[in-house]
Amino acid sequence: MLNEYFSSVDLLVLKPAILLTLFAIGVLLTDLMLEPEQKYLNAVMALAGVGFAAYSLGPWPLGLQHQMGMAGVDALEAFRGAVIVDSFGIYFMWLFLIAAALSILISIRYLEIEGENRGEYYAIMLMATVGMIFLAIGMDLITLFMGLELMVISIYILTGYLRRDRRSNEAALKYLLLGAFSSGILLYGMSLLYGLSGSTDLRIIASSISQRPAGDPLVLIAVITICGGLFFKIGAVPFHQWLPDAYEGAPHCVTAFMSVGPKAASFAFLIRMFLVPLASVRDVWLPLVIGVAIATMTIGNLAAITQTNVKRMLGYSAISHAGYMLLGIISGNENGLKGIVIYLMVYTFMNLGAMAVIVAMRRKDIIGDEIDDFAGLIYKSPTAAVLMLIFLLSLAGIPPTAGFIGKYFIFLSLIETGHYGLAVVAVLYVAVSLYYYFQIVTSMFTREATDNVAPAMAPGIRLALGISLAMTLFIGLYPDPIINIAGNTVASILR
Amino acid sequence: MWFHDHILSIVMFLPLAGALLMLFLPNENKTLIRWSANVIAFLGFLVSLPLVFWFDNSDGGFQFMESAEWIPSIGARYALGIDGISYLLIMLATLLGFIGVLCSWTYIENRVKEYYIFLLLLQTGMMGVFMSMDFFLFYVFWEVMLVPMYFLIGIWGGPRKLYAAIKFFLYTLSGSVLMLLGILAIYFWNHSVSGVWTFDIPTLSNLSMPLNLQLWLFAAFFVGFAIKVPMFPFHTWLPDAHVEAPTAGSVILAGVLLKMGTYGFLRFSLPMLPDAARDSRVMTAMVTLSLIGIVYGALVSLMQKDWKKLVAYSSVSHMGFITLGIFVLNPNGITGSIIQQINHGISTGALFLLVGIIYERRHTREIAEFGGLSHIMPVYATMFLIVAMSSLGLPTLNGFIGEFVILQGAFEANRTWAAIGTLGIVLGAAYLLWLYQRTMFGTLDNPKNKELKDVNFREAVTLIPLIIWAFWIGLYPKPFFDVLEKPVQRIVRRVRPDYYAGGVYTPPPPAAPEAAEEAGGGAPAEQ
Repeated sequence: MLNEYFSSVDLLVLKPAILLTLFAIGVLLTDLMLEPEQKYLNAVMALAGVGFAAYSLGPWPLGLQHQMGMAGVDALEAFRGAVIVDSFGIYFMWLFLIAAALSILISIRYLEIEGENRGEYYAIMLMATVGMIFLAIGMDLITLFMGLELMVISIYILTGYLRRDRRSNEAALKYLLLGAFSSGILLYGMSLLYGLSGSTDLRIIASSISQRPAGDPLVLIAVITICGGLFFKIGAVPFHQWLPDAYEGAPHCVTAFMSVGPKAASFAFLIRMFLVPLASVRDVWLPLVIGVAIATMTIGNLAAITQTNVKRMLGYSAISHAGYMLLGIISGNENGLKGIVIYLMVYTFMNLGAMAVIVAMRRKDIIGDEIDDFAGLIYKSPTAAVLMLIFLLSLAGIPPTAGFIGKYFIFLSLIETGHYGLAVVAVLYVAVSLYYYFQIVTSMFTREATDNVAPAMAPGIRLALGISLAMTLFIGLYPDPIINIAGNTVASILR
Repeated sequence: MWFHDHILSIVMFLPLAGALLMLFLPNENKTLIRWSANVIAFLGFLVSLPLVFWFDNSDGGFQFMESAEWIPSIGARYALGIDGISYLLIMLATLLGFIGVLCSWTYIENRVKEYYIFLLLLQTGMMGVFMSMDFFLFYVFWEVMLVPMYFLIGIWGGPRKLYAAIKFFLYTLSGSVLMLLGILAIYFWNHSVSGVWTFDIPTLSNLSMPLNLQLWLFAAFFVGFAIKVPMFPFHTWLPDAHVEAPTAGSVILAGVLLKMGTYGFLRFSLPMLPDAARDSRVMTAMVTLSLIGIVYGALVSLMQKDWKKLVAYSSVSHMGFITLGIFVLNPNGITGSIIQQINHGISTGALFLLVGIIYERRHTREIAEFGGLSHIMPVYATMFLIVAMSSLGLPTLNGFIGEFVILQGAFEANRTWAAIGTLGIVLGAAYLLWLYQRTMFGTLDNPKNKELKDVNFREAVTLIPLIIWAFWIGLYPKPFFDVLEKPVQRIVRRVRPDYYAGGVYTPPPPAAPEAAEEAGGGAPAEQ
């Protein structure tokens, strides 16, 4: 009887998510038994969970896919098509696990300083990762929405994790209110899709939408509301206001996590929605996305110029990066999508690296996220200053760092599809972005230090910085492997 | 021989390797750091010398080619090679690179280690730009170079260093990202024609594209290169960067970095977009901007009260000559423009060294502060005289050869252009001689100048190679013309397929697809 509903494939597909969930619960349990000075073991436990989940995906980068390939299948479907694991899903699962692992590494020391070193932090982070995984592999509106809510609710909690810090509380409340509102709008759009097609399966929705007459107002409303919800999640203009506040107010390590993991997950969700159910109404959403992309790059880049808080500046820069990635959706061809997935991977390393430096700047009595706090960093800690320089160059997209490779494919795809005007706008904003990133660089390299407390380079942060730096340089200097992986990834969803 | 086959990589990466080694030197031991940097830079110059003996003038193609897989999935390769044009520029860059390191010995007192590391990184970047045979690789080096230059100006510069540094960075970056779009468009076009994804520069230099596309691409490249040159009206970053930069920064900036723009025109704009370059509208526009640059730069130089700013604006004028030579599109103009690029590196590099020497002693560059220096610094005054004469184009010195050949080319194309160019030479003589008169002659009445020491041995060593080179080009320029003959012919054949065929050249009508076809088929045979 049960076999009608479940098969062994279902479990195989969900292995990473199941393992993460078990470890999340495990962290909560072991936390009760740990003495205050042993709390770092929570992080070890969480890391072990991430490690096992990664192991279940098979050897990097395409282990599971390789196994499937040997069995002659491109994608594994489970739960009657509610989730599907293809190279796209595997790529993003890897990305989420990397983001989670690096975020856990940089959190250990930070939580000790804040005196909030409790197990539930890691448990919630793992649960958020589970939510992200469902966003990448979901093929069903309900699954996707569940994954989305699991992810964002976890992030709301993490944003407000520092209960005694007013900034953290304010950020969480703003994020929660606006986020809940946007989820409602998204859900409304999804209900319209369900009404139009009578199914929650994305592929069935896709075929019924494509049979609707052109210019159907119901489709139009569905597209607009879904776009609204999606744009909110990736922080695109005009739904971006929550983002700088949330980034600035959240604990440093949570900002690091939410700027990469959930962002990548939202993009995975967005790509799926635009390329499966909404593919046939591309004409309807294309102008919308073009307008939003231009506005996003403009507001993100221009607003970042005037910021004095580094986290807030990186928040606005995150907005502008979302704008760049939307350009890949606009071209919508192979190179454009390759650009997005490479960009997201690269962004994970470079942004987490930059955030890790900011986390290291958090010392006793120094919050360390103002540009002034970076003054004279080259004297206090040359390593941290040079690392930050490399991450910022990468964020700006200067070769030979990884950031350039992401932008390269986006620009190439725009040229291929004949969006020359957009391409010119996009490249010129690179120069603008360099200006504000270099405000930090200038502060680090040319100003005198105001204090002589060197950044706290805990082992976890060192490791995270080392990995981020290695990948930022490796992808920049020898991008061939990631380009091939991305090619595979994109092939599975363009199929 | 292994060394022969990899000489370009060695010349390019030696400074980088040296910079990495220097990371491990102790910060406190400044003498050790200075010695190591000088030794590394001198080695960098030495390893480039074998090129002089091995370079084959009769080979019109690219020599010392190195090619290896780099990013096969997009077709980018690690490909190096040089022809006569890049060969001369590389020799100039390795020499100036060493001189730049040597002239900083006492000038830089703070953060010495970082300074030399950035200088050596810059050296590797410059080499990469001139050696790349792959457009992608070229772009990487082109951008990489901006970062060390930013720090050289931004950390060790004058009072407005931060403004100057970021202005330099943003100007160049805005131009180069637009150039990137041009590169991608040409890359994409090549794929749609031949089905191959490649950034190979010789391959892309044989494409034939519709005129309209060529014009757009020309515009994209133009922005990138013209900002770098800088051509009027994109020159406003230059005076700031030069005035604020430390001496070595100015020497390298004027001596080598500006040449990247003109090199870009010669290597990419002309051979890849011949129909656009030939287009009468484009040609007129380019020549007009060059002429404005020549006259405007010279006039502004006349007005300067600051010694270094005067030299900086004179660069605008001289670079105007170089672009004029390029865009008259005949062998004389182009050959002259390349010779003049070397000349400008020698003369302006030396002028900045001389300004640096006086600035180190007095910490001011106000022309009015000086006067009568020839009484107390005779060697300095003599060297300054020679360099000024070389810059203003006195026969027997290098500047004359370059400017003369450019004007020959300009005359061949249009007499009015040549006449306006000559006006630039006259103005050039005016501002340099007036500067000389105000600083070196007259009475030594400023008490602060009475104790100034003449050039010391180290400073003389930085100047003498440049002065020797100036005389060499001035007295016996034949070797340089020999080196350039074949590469220039190749460019002219590509841009004007009928130039060598029918004697006097008449510009074809704007759209001439057949001519482009011919060039596309004919050029490979010549290589």
